[in-house]
Amino acid sequence: MIGRRILTASLACAATFSVAFASGTVAPDKVEIVDGALELSLTGTPGDPVEGRKTFANRKLGNCLACHAISDQKEQLFHGEVGPELDGVADRWSEAELRAIVVNSKELFSEETVMPGFYSLDVGVNVRKDLIGKTILTAQQVEDIVAYLTTIKE
Amino acid sequence: MKKFGKVGAVLVTLGALSAVALAGGPVDQQLVIDGEIEMITRTEAPDGHPLDEVISGWHYRTGETRALEADTFENPGMLFVEQGEAAWNKIEGTEGKSCASCHGDASESMAGIGAQYPKWDADSGKPINVELQINKCRTENMGAEPLPFDKGGQKELTAYIKHQSLGTPVSIDLDAGDMQSWWKKGEEVYYTRTGQLNLSCASCHEQNNGNYIRADHLSQGNINGFPTYRLKQGALVSVHNRFRGCIRDTRAEFPAAFSDELMALEVYVTWRGSGLSVETPGVRQ
Ligand code: HEC
Ligand code: HEC
Ligand code: HEC
Repeated sequence: MIGRRILTASLACAATFSVAFASGTVAPDKVEIVDGALELSLTGTPGDPVEGRKTFANRKLGNCLACHAISDQKEQLFHGEVGPELDGVADRWSEAELRAIVVNSKELFSEETVMPGFYSLDVGVNVRKDLIGKTILTAQQVEDIVAYLTTIKE
Repeated sequence: MKKFGKVGAVLVTLGALSAVALAGGPVDQQLVIDGEIEMITRTEAPDGHPLDEVISGWHYRTGETRALEADTFENPGMLFVEQGEAAWNKIEGTEGKSCASCHGDASESMAGIGAQYPKWDADSGKPINVELQINKCRTENMGAEPLPFDKGGQKELTAYIKHQSLGTPVSIDLDAGDMQSWWKKGEEVYYTRTGQLNLSCASCHEQNNGNYIRADHLSQGNINGFPTYRLKQGALVSVHNRFRGCIRDTRAEFPAAFSDELMALEVYVTWRGSGLSVETPGVRQ
């Protein structure tokens, strides 16, 4: 009886995860940031910097421009100033560090940082019901943004 | 030749502006309404406040928006204040009374009153705001139905009552009843991070006021101008609507209007703006 219940529960879990996170990707609760870096790709599929550039600006996705200015995207009218300018960001951080920053910046900066974790379930209270257990970006979108950021050198 | 050179320089400056929004913090200007009423829009923060200076949202808006508020005839919110005046005089309910039947001329009976809300309400054992006081009088004194949130002229009548305090510094009595514990609960709400974006009120309005968040110039999030007229919506916006909107933007579920949580937040946020003139109807983007 008990065994069966556990089995049903774990099957239900697996089903939920396969919907939210494509197979072959590291689930957000399995990501391990070590010494402020994430060496391995979240998906194994190389990120696309062109897509990453778009996701970075897209208000419904990264919306990184809400808080960061970046000269590479001068065509965008509004750049925020809540976080630092990202010009030359690849000179300051390695790819593995950039991946960790986008996944969950709280691990690098502090719990107090205003920057959201884009592939993290370490979120605020009362998350909108349809977003519970979901991350802001998909693993591949994170990889795309990281690929884009690594091109931002001065 | 010289002339063209100048035009070129102007264009270059504009180009730079549109590429990256510029920090500037609050604008240094004084708000005087109709050239008469000198408004307190910056003042020393009360004891225990996390910031040194309390600043009205007016200082963070564009020159055009600021000018609209400085002139009663230009202020689009005044149309709704006039509708609020009509509601004040309208007979409703089984008692055959209007607000004016008991309170007479609002410019006398309501002068300075709006600046003291939220107030402790001994009957309900909770703080109430102007909206809830209106409903209290409707149900207890007029035999009328309470107005639903943001409907039936609630925003207009609230704006009309608060407008009678135009220029009066916000000052709430935290010693009355159990106001202290509501203040405390409101403080907790203010600093609680919500939603998938994991942000609190403080993330934006305390840590980042004066900064741009994409196209929006962040203010301290004070409520001395409420209900405010929002140009984007072409309508009055109530305090609880604004609170809910800001919480929703963190991708969180938001509490009901007039819930204990939002009433506590209103007590706390009102206190954070202590000393600022009531601006109702403030004009915002
Ligand atoms: C709500 C505001 C906010 C958003 C949205 C945001 N960030 Fe940040 N970001 C910050 C802040 C603030 C910091 C500074 C860290 C700190 O000290 O808290 C930061 C720091 C960074 C850094 C380190 C910069 C450096 O040079 O040291 C990188 C890289 C970065 N963010 C990338 C991104 C990317 C990519 C996105 C979009 C996927 C993004 N950020 C979205 C606020 C934000
Ligand atoms: C039958 C008389 C009566 C009518 C009609 C009436 N009120 Fe009142 N109102 C009172 C009394 C008595 C008080 C003071 C006691 C209390 O707080 O309940 C009061 C208090 C108030 C206060 C609080 C004043 C303060 O010092 O804080 C406001 C605001 C108010 N009324 C607004 C209204 C509005 C708006 C209407 C119309 C929708 C209205 N009243 C209709 C009798 C009335
Ligand atoms: C992601 C950033 C963000 C967060 C978090 C946030 N707000 Fe806002 N809020 C804004 C923006 C942008 C505006 C419009 C510009 C301004 O006045 O700051 C605004 C406006 C306001 C205003 C109107 C100010 C005026 O002068 O009319 C109030 C009041 C307010 N917020 C309160 C709150 C409260 C209370 C919370 C927490 C429950 C909160 N905000 C959380 C971004 C935020």
